[in-house]
Amino acid sequence: MSKFGKKSTTSQGIPTAALPDIIFMLLFFFMVTTVLREVELMVQQDLPQAVQLQKIERKSLVSYIYIGEPRKSTTFGTEPKIQVNDVFIEPRDIVRFVNQEKDKLSEVERDQITMSLKVDIDTKMGIVSDVQQELREANARKVLYSSRQVLEGI
Amino acid sequence: MAKKKNRPVAEVSSGSMADIAFLLLIFFLVTTTIATDKGIAMLLPPKPDPNEPPPEVTKNDRNIFKILANSQDRLLVEDEPLADVTELKEMVKKFVVNFGNPDADNIDVYNSFPAPLKRYVNSRGKLPDSSDGPGEAIVSFKADRGTSYELYVSVLDQINGAYNEIYSERVGISSDEWRGLDRKKPADNDKYKRGRDGIPRAISIAEPTKIGG
Repeated sequence: MSKFGKKSTTSQGIPTAALPDIIFMLLFFFMVTTVLREVELMVQQDLPQAVQLQKIERKSLVSYIYIGEPRKSTTFGTEPKIQVNDVFIEPRDIVRFVNQEKDKLSEVERDQITMSLKVDIDTKMGIVSDVQQELREANARKVLYSSRQVLEGI
Repeated sequence: MAKKKNRPVAEVSSGSMADIAFLLLIFFLVTTTIATDKGIAMLLPPKPDPNEPPPEVTKNDRNIFKILANSQDRLLVEDEPLADVTELKEMVKKFVVNFGNPDADNIDVYNSFPAPLKRYVNSRGKLPDSSDGPGEAIVSFKADRGTSYELYVSVLDQINGAYNEIYSERVGISSDEWRGLDRKKPADNDKYKRGRDGIPRAISIAEPTKIGG
């Protein structure tokens, strides 16, 4: 009788009992890291590229101002507009917006409010500087020019 | 006596659990945007006091590194046209660590430099028409209302890059490591303070002109 004739009867299947657990772990990871988009963008957003970027330290202190050409150019024209919280505003309304945002923070944190300017690359500096003048007026002096990371030397 | 019934065990079939989890997983995969909000941080100047006249510029002209951008996105750096933005970093760096006529504070700053950075400073001599020292140097950037935001950001990026390189070389780490310093950690905070001591990141953003230029 051959020594090697006996076939192994072990089943070859991979146990899939733990599959749901693995999927659930992935699921929880994405549930925790996900940030559902709060505002619907109404302006074009192609952010500039830069190397020397800094991360935001505390997200709760950040408010966003979007500037760019409106997506619905037939309705709103092609001039760049300022969007905050789902609405277009004029530069003179920025002070009011900043004060609203400051009211959401506790009193000690109000001076640390950071305005993240998300500006499309095709925008001219005119409107951006108008916004900056208003931010100075509103005493929200920390700004962050939101940009995409590029690696040095490329 | 009631006879014990042989009931099948009530059980929820868990075979499709994986499918349900997959559906949810795909939903979150699609909607997720992992927080990637990064950018160039700047501190705007405080609003001018209407009761006080604007301050006179008392700095020597050689201590101010002037960058102008016009509405055609052309640059004028120290009264010379510049075609390539990426050259700006090296120019700013050389300007800041010039030590043309250093006072006592600036000599202290120079003495705190590690050997490679000292070599860098000495390699090009001390130009009399460049800055007196890092403590005095100011980089002034003035854009036009017609300048594109893209150029504005890349110029700021270059200036910040120059300062970050000086800071990081001073404490002997790479520029990337410098930007990754976490100031909540005492060791990192110490490095941060050591790097910046005596070299303010003096970037002046002037109000844009309204002329097309």
